[in-house]
Amino acid sequence: MSLLELKEVSAFYGRIQALRSVTLEVDQGEVVALIGSNGAGKTTTLRTISGLMHPAGGSINFDTRDITNTGPETIVQRGICQSPEGRRLFVRMSVQDNLLMGAYIRTDKPGIAADIERVFTLFPRLKERRTQISGTLSGGEQQMLAMGRALMARPKLLMLDEPSLGLAPILVETIFTIVREINAQGTPVLLVEQNAHKALEVAHRGYVLETGSIVKTGTGKELLESEDVQKAYLGM
Amino acid sequence: MSVGDLGFFLIVAIALVLLAGEAVAHPSQFAQVLVFGLADGAIYALVALGYTMVYGIIELINFAHGDVFTLGAYVGATIMAFFAGASEDSFLVANLIALLITFPVVMLIMGAVNITIERVAYRPLRNAPRLAPLITAIGMSFLLEGIMFLWHGPATVHVPDLLPHGAGFQTTIGGVFISFKDVFVVIAAAILVTLLAIFINGSKLGKAMRATAQDRDASQLMGININRTIAATFFIGAVLAGAGGMIWGLYFNTITYNLGFRTGLVAFTSAVFGGIGNIPGAALGGMVIGLTAAFSDNYIGSKWTQVVIFGILIGVLVFRPTGLLGMRVPEK
Repeated sequence: MSLLELKEVSAFYGRIQALRSVTLEVDQGEVVALIGSNGAGKTTTLRTISGLMHPAGGSINFDTRDITNTGPETIVQRGICQSPEGRRLFVRMSVQDNLLMGAYIRTDKPGIAADIERVFTLFPRLKERRTQISGTLSGGEQQMLAMGRALMARPKLLMLDEPSLGLAPILVETIFTIVREINAQGTPVLLVEQNAHKALEVAHRGYVLETGSIVKTGTGKELLESEDVQKAYLGM
Repeated sequence: MSVGDLGFFLIVAIALVLLAGEAVAHPSQFAQVLVFGLADGAIYALVALGYTMVYGIIELINFAHGDVFTLGAYVGATIMAFFAGASEDSFLVANLIALLITFPVVMLIMGAVNITIERVAYRPLRNAPRLAPLITAIGMSFLLEGIMFLWHGPATVHVPDLLPHGAGFQTTIGGVFISFKDVFVVIAAAILVTLLAIFINGSKLGKAMRATAQDRDASQLMGININRTIAATFFIGAVLAGAGGMIWGLYFNTITYNLGFRTGLVAFTSAVFGGIGNIPGAALGGMVIGLTAAFSDNYIGSKWTQVVIFGILIGVLVFRPTGLLGMRVPEK
């Protein structure tokens, strides 16, 4: 059984259907990319998994348990953490306090301290700015902090929503390198991206979402080489 | 600095210069007004904290908050009446025991009342348009006033004078009359505000409250139970308001069912003045508004005091809506 399983999940915003029978899986050790254009339902998929929204139909299983209608704070405790779209930092708190908020559900102080150091090893820039108020960081630093904060809960599954959005090309490169590194250290990643090319390069497998439905799936390489995907998302 | 900020600081500067002139011309009168202003301001600060905390976390101006303050005074007066041994004539150990029991009981009861109000009247409207909970808050204010009206009628209610008072507990220093009550009000408020600051900055729940105030969705993604956090905010706001009501009752010894309407609006003005949503701002705003009211009572005339205070409210909203300590944070 996969770590995360969505079965025929549908979701609505009011009367507008945002997800239509979405079925996807993430296995242990994988990086899975979810690509698609604006409004395809990528963020909605993540919000439904993390419990900020509940599906109108279908089921979500995580780590052998049903989490279809579980609240977000319980889902975090089960081990799913998200770096949300737009980063959503606590902008009036320092870098260090944001990381501590990420560890909110944990009580093991030595473990938390060790994980802060681990985040600082992944993102040395954050270490330099540990006492700075996070709202004053640059866009790239904010993204690093959002990812670091999500890691602080020691998730069994890390979900990243548009980590490269609005970043300079060199930073985009850094972010994807770090996604690889996080995965190599043993955390499966569900990656939502508009930058389909980069995402599929890093991902083991990918799903293409179009107006709320999964229209294509395959390994990262297969999708990169697929003619439809190249035309629609890679600008070739 | 914008034109608005400039106008704001100009008005503040003119007021300060005029006050400084008075302070030099009649120092003892000035100091006397200062004492009254500090005592009033301390109470406004306690009530303003509840407004600002609730606004900070769910962006609701809880208009019922002033009436929670009054209800605290009513409940306190009722409980204190049970202590038959307590006497108003002098300071007795029995009075001290009565106060030590009444304060925490009133604070806990008001906390419970406010949690109930949030659960019944505001939570079902959490995702409704902003106007809906605002109107509900005004309705809740009338409801609480109605309950107090039915309970004790329209006349003023006497609050037992249990604080030490009389010849042995007052003094005149350089023409300034200071009683134990004045000192008590300021110290009690300072202790409560300090405890609140320690709680907000140091405890896990305090951190959850700050996080929820900044970004509710992100807080949920950190594993914070926001319903519990919001309920805790209402609880703490009402604990402070209940203590404020008790202190007001013990200081002035008379209360009426609609006391919270005016006091609530003044405290709300304090919260806006300090920067709505900003906790140190509310404490500071309460003191400033209390002092302003006292100075206005004395130098302009008490019939003008409401004009001055609500003029300040309008001025702040027009020229500096973020208040004294309110800040804008850049978004990227």
